[in-house]
Amino acid sequence: MTVWINGAEHELGEGANVLDALDAMGAPRVGVAVAVDAEVVPRADWASTALAAGSRVEVLTAVQGG
Amino acid sequence: MSEDQLVIGGRKIGSRLIMGTGGAGNLEILERALVASATSLTTVAMRRVDATTGTGVLDLLRRLKIEVLPNTAGCRSAAEALLTARLAREALETDLVKLEVVADERTLLPDPIELLDAAEQLVDDGFTVLPYTNDDPVLARRLESVGCAAVMPLGSPIGTGLGIRNPHNIAMIVEQAGVPVVLDAGIGTASEAAQAMELGCDAVLLATAVTRAGDPERMAHAMRLAVEAGRAAHGAGRIPRRYWAQASSPGID
Repeated sequence: MTVWINGAEHELGEGANVLDALDAMGAPRVGVAVAVDAEVVPRADWASTALAAGSRVEVLTAVQGG
Repeated sequence: MSEDQLVIGGRKIGSRLIMGTGGAGNLEILERALVASATSLTTVAMRRVDATTGTGVLDLLRRLKIEVLPNTAGCRSAAEALLTARLAREALETDLVKLEVVADERTLLPDPIELLDAAEQLVDDGFTVLPYTNDDPVLARRLESVGCAAVMPLGSPIGTGLGIRNPHNIAMIVEQAGVPVVLDAGIGTASEAAQAMELGCDAVLLATAVTRAGDPERMAHAMRLAVEAGRAAHGAGRIPRRYWAQASSPGID
């Protein structure tokens, strides 16, 4: 199924969860936060939160700014 | 001298100079500037992870034992700011947020309607909210009334270095505020940071004035001294302004 991760298309297997999305884009697991369809998914729920075709996953981290 | 401690939302903040990390050429320059500033609280922005975003700035702040203040820079609406703040809380494990909701890229001025809406919702959600606001005493009062832990009026638009364009507004905000006032944005050089403190601000937040200075480390040191000097002068009580001269030496006869 196709999901959007930080605006780019990725192909993930059926039943893929947030951890699979992080792996697909090579994101670190510390110092990041994840939203799926504009809702924050707490770290503790990453493994149990299934994605659906068309899900929009945002993975953010802190950068220099402000 | 009695203790002169800055407290924001119940947190003791060790320095009245709050720094930003934007604009530094590299992390080594940033580190030297942060050390020279003696800051204890410093902003970061939240952005999408990609191949080029390292987490170096977080590692640096942790190593220097500087508390991190995530911002919502780049957000144009309350909804965007809420999501960014919640992601920052999750990623950085802090309930502090510098709330920025700007109206357009040209001015980067806060959108007061969206700002107040976002502030109220974030306070309700348990955040310690430090809003970047216009130099408007009425808006500052509204932000305080919805539960913001500080108000952070601009001196002039972000990155302009135009200093404090409306000192009287800043003085009015200080006069009525029941929470700390942090002069945020527009500072260009040390005298302007000192002026903010002389006006009674509790702290100064700046980034560009240091990170884009010819010698960031040296300017950071200057800002540290300016904030301390301005604070001391404010506490000391300046002389009244007079129209005519008043001799400071005794008369000849």
